[in-house]
Amino acid sequence: MAISFDEVEVGTVLPAQSFPVTRATLVRYAGASGDFNPIHWNEKFALEVGLPDVIAHGMFTMAEAIRVVTDWVGDPGAVVEYGVRFTKPVPVPNDGVGAVIEVSGKVAALLDDRRVRVDLVAMSGGQKVLGMSRAVVRLA
Amino acid sequence: MPLDPSFIGRTYPPTAPYEVGREKIREFAVAVGDANPAYTDPEAAKALGHPDVIAPPTFPFVITYQASAQVVEDPELGLDFSRVVHGDQKFTYTRPVRAGDRLAVTVTIDNIKSMVGNDILSVRGEVHDEGGEHVVTAFMTLVARGADEAGE
Repeated sequence: MAISFDEVEVGTVLPAQSFPVTRATLVRYAGASGDFNPIHWNEKFALEVGLPDVIAHGMFTMAEAIRVVTDWVGDPGAVVEYGVRFTKPVPVPNDGVGAVIEVSGKVAALLDDRRVRVDLVAMSGGQKVLGMSRAVVRLA
Repeated sequence: MPLDPSFIGRTYPPTAPYEVGREKIREFAVAVGDANPAYTDPEAAKALGHPDVIAPPTFPFVITYQASAQVVEDPELGLDFSRVVHGDQKFTYTRPVRAGDRLAVTVTIDNIKSMVGNDILSVRGEVHDEGGEHVVTAFMTLVARGADEAGE
């Protein structure tokens, strides 16, 4: 089942995924992660500090984006490096629908030791929300 | 007032060990909506070669962010956290965090620079297990927006 290094090449596309995020998602993530910054749950506070709305935790978006990689390889322990830049916030309106984070990825480089670099693209509301989003994974 | 660059290279004492529990990993995996059985089913994790359930790749931030409070709340550094946004984040893993780990974090200020009135603070958290073996390093950049910045 595991993806073999021999099966992939530069340009191999990973299955894209969409991740919904609502206010309830953010409250749950705040509790699980211990990040209770009010910009992630208090609309009044978010507006006061100049944000368009309550915004998703950057680390929540980062957690969703890597799922495209871990679902592809099967073993999350295959990830040896993962980094992102937070380029735009993900506003989450209190409308019962929230926002959607769309993530795609492709193999950008073949490395030594059966490792590959995957470049990820994360979009929400037509905006690129992560930059330089890259993971290195060791394949079978 | 810009942050004092003489703090570059400062290392804080290792944190008291954080004990990683199966149920905490499950809670985190549920919160990010990730149903990978390696996070919740010890047998599934073992089938992948792990001794117990492992944590999702971004889970270490829960621990390193707590540890970075030493820097963020260091009165000598004087960071105004109400103006801080997360700029970027990176992890380099020796192995995944797993249930039963007792992890200590050693926090170092890697860099401080000022750009167009903003302070950019780079903090590294090195995570070691009870045996002193390296598990993961988290690199975090925080951007403190300048107090004089116009238009906000």
